[in-house]
Amino acid sequence: MNHSDKDNAQEPAALVEVSALRVVASKDDGDDVVIVKDVDFSIARGEVLALIGESGSGKTTIALSLMGYARAGCHIAGGRIRIGQREVLSMNQAALEDMRGCDVAYIAQSAASAFNPARTLMDQVIESALNHKTMSRAAAQAKAIGLFRALALPDPEHIGERYPHQVSGGQLQRAMAAMALITDPELVILDEPTTALDVTTQIEVLRAFKNVVKEIGTTAVYVSHDLAVVAQMADRIIVLRDGSVREVGVTAQILTAPANAYTQSLLAAAAPAVSLPASAATVSVQSSYAQLIEQKEPLLRIRGLIAGYGSPDGRGLPGVRILDDINLKIERGSTIGIIGESGSGKTTLARAVAGMIAPARGSIALDGMPLSPTLAGRSREQFRRIQIVFQNADTALNPAHSIGRILSRPLAFYHGLSGEAMRKRTAELLDLVQLPANVANRLPGELSGGQKQRANLARALAAKPDLILCDEVTSALDTVVAAAILELLAELRRELNVSYMFISHDISTVRAICDDIVVLYAGRMVANRPREAMMAPPYHPYSHLLLSSVPALRQGWLEQVCGRTPDKLPPIGEVSASADICAFLPRCTMRVDGVCNSVPPRRRNMEHGGEILCHRSDADLQRMQLPLIPVEGVTV
Amino acid sequence: MKPAHESSARPVITAQKRRRNGRSWLGLIGLAIVLFWLAMALLGPSISPYDAGAIVDVDVFSGISRKFWLGTDYLGRDMLSRILFGTRYTIGLALAATLLACSVGTAIALFAALTGGWVDALISRVLDALISIPSKMFALLMVATFGSSVWLLILTAAITYMPGSYRIVRSLAVNIQTMEYVQAARARGEGVLYITCVEMLPNMIGPVLADMGLRFVFVVLLLSGLSFLSLGVQPPDADWGSLVRENISGLGEGATAVIMPALAIAMLTIGVNLLIDNLRGKRARKD
Repeated sequence: MNHSDKDNAQEPAALVEVSALRVVASKDDGDDVVIVKDVDFSIARGEVLALIGESGSGKTTIALSLMGYARAGCHIAGGRIRIGQREVLSMNQAALEDMRGCDVAYIAQSAASAFNPARTLMDQVIESALNHKTMSRAAAQAKAIGLFRALALPDPEHIGERYPHQVSGGQLQRAMAAMALITDPELVILDEPTTALDVTTQIEVLRAFKNVVKEIGTTAVYVSHDLAVVAQMADRIIVLRDGSVREVGVTAQILTAPANAYTQSLLAAAAPAVSLPASAATVSVQSSYAQLIEQKEPLLRIRGLIAGYGSPDGRGLPGVRILDDINLKIERGSTIGIIGESGSGKTTLARAVAGMIAPARGSIALDGMPLSPTLAGRSREQFRRIQIVFQNADTALNPAHSIGRILSRPLAFYHGLSGEAMRKRTAELLDLVQLPANVANRLPGELSGGQKQRANLARALAAKPDLILCDEVTSALDTVVAAAILELLAELRRELNVSYMFISHDISTVRAICDDIVVLYAGRMVANRPREAMMAPPYHPYSHLLLSSVPALRQGWLEQVCGRTPDKLPPIGEVSASADICAFLPRCTMRVDGVCNSVPPRRRNMEHGGEILCHRSDADLQRMQLPLIPVEGVTV
Repeated sequence: MKPAHESSARPVITAQKRRRNGRSWLGLIGLAIVLFWLAMALLGPSISPYDAGAIVDVDVFSGISRKFWLGTDYLGRDMLSRILFGTRYTIGLALAATLLACSVGTAIALFAALTGGWVDALISRVLDALISIPSKMFALLMVATFGSSVWLLILTAAITYMPGSYRIVRSLAVNIQTMEYVQAARARGEGVLYITCVEMLPNMIGPVLADMGLRFVFVVLLLSGLSFLSLGVQPPDADWGSLVRENISGLGEGATAVIMPALAIAMLTIGVNLLIDNLRGKRARKD
């Protein structure tokens, strides 16, 4: 920057100063709603400031206003924003365009939708440098390659020639960081850059971001809802709620000694407590009736389930297997957790159990009675006993029907209720999920996210089911709301003795509510262990990776973890063409040449309980796996 | 990755608001026009000053006067009465054809979307083939083969515009079918009829109605065009298209007899369009 010398001489330390910022949204009826209320803060040069809060807290709105931008329907109504020597709010359109993407850069949540699929990465990464004419094409390309290297992208010299669909989600997110950093911006805004990623990918991206930020000394604003992620990245944290600042402090203080009640509740919700009473009860039941269980059929038993798509091969198995050899059982009143990254087949499993996807092989039995693989062959009673709660409450509730109507349908359909009895039961259900009675007359669009998810749950409960399939029910919710839903699920289980199949990508959620935990990788159960054993070493190599990738709610975790993990994978020879070869092989740090790449792994019991799918013995795993860094506040 | 160039400034907002208000105002005009013509279709013959077929003036192509509000036609008949009588044909035929096209199209579309697979593909391709036949040509063929009658006109227009309705409804149904509330209903064990009528249709009705309005306009234009070519409603009955046709010789002297029915066609189509645009706008705002 040509005026940087002068800046340093004259300016105060703060690069960015925001005072009395007000952003207003206009509603249809002409009323204005203030969505950011008189926010003040400043960012020093080289500092990473985090804006944290739940959805609707105004964190993204504030971040965008730093570029002099407000989303459609909103406008910046007042205040002052100074970046370097620029008064952002009094700049004209041309000056703003000059600044955006050059002096202030933005990294969005979804890299997949931020890249043009028809152009190469390199073209798009250097585009802003060329547009703003800060350097020549050759210089920009050289710089981009340097950034690719700094961001630990594979093959930095040539990755720029690829198209967006040819790299993974985590790599694309890092390429977007390169795009933002190409012009040496004074300020980088990162808007939930890792939220859409799996934990194992998130850690790579975080590590790359952290290195680059440290190396270049960039000033950054990091917007996130996830305290644990923010703890790794930020120097200072601003806690927002309803558009106003609740607390400002350095990261260590916010994490260890939060002054504000809301911050405290955020911290509490970030590490959901284990619902001990329920699990203790099941454990005792399991031990005292151990011999009974062997005789009595479990509520749900899945044997040898294979499901997929594509034209069938010679043995009649689908060409692409989404689920492969799933065996599990769910006892009455117990909860089984299914974890795995996106694409691992979690949702397909739930749909197969619900009968919406016909498996190619295997059987599903309810109370020992085999269930028809398709919807057509199931009785209404079987439908009633298994209910599915979908991930996205926004689309799971018919927008044209009132909540009362949505709840009354299963009551009429399964239980033949009508009139006064139906009204009474609907009110009971709303009460059960802790919604006010007047919600019955409202449309789903008039409820908040958490309320919708409760209504979604109430609809499943209306059937009086024995088993509820919960597909990522807390994933779309804010931490505090999600914690409340988990609490509710645990309570319902105690009251109604229902079983859950709880599907999630979030290990701490699963840990909080489940008795048994199944880890899926590429459609296979790589580990199936009771919760207590799940958290005790040794682990399946993938479980270990998963567990060690979950950010801990304290500073320095990222450095600690990254310092320990060996990046080098042991070399292996030719991989056998068999479909049953360990799916985790390409990523496994404990693979054995001549064994893992040629012989399908066998399912075996572990000393500490549960079973895993791995060639390595318990002793080997124990020896090679670094102990997990204990997560404070979470007891297992 | 740079945000779009919508500035945060206040003028944008007020402009948006003005546009919105302006739109609903236009919609009301559209509604008024449509209601007016519907009323005329119902009441027209009973309030018309003369009989449609009666020759009441010694002059032909006389201009606007107190006796003949819209002038007289090439035989000296009262234009106002002829237009009022014609309203029934124009609107009645178009309405019947539109309803037929949309209901049949919707039913086939829902069936195809829910069945999926090769049945869906077969139906879709067959109807695509039907779309590829030029509508006027198809109508000419039908009239030439079977002779013009009211029922044939309705059928012809309905066949011509059914595939369009099918396409719209099918694409809506395919999208809504994957929504989780439909999945939830399937997992609950609901039948096909319940899923389509209770879960899916209420969420499709907005676009389907808007499409129906547009289709109505197309049908009006098609039938008027046919009448203009003397292939539509046959004399002594006349719809607006026929009125334009029979008075075309007066165009040179600027007779109101040829302009008025053309204006009526324009007024109806514009009115329906304004109304639809407003319906759409309302829906978009709600979403």
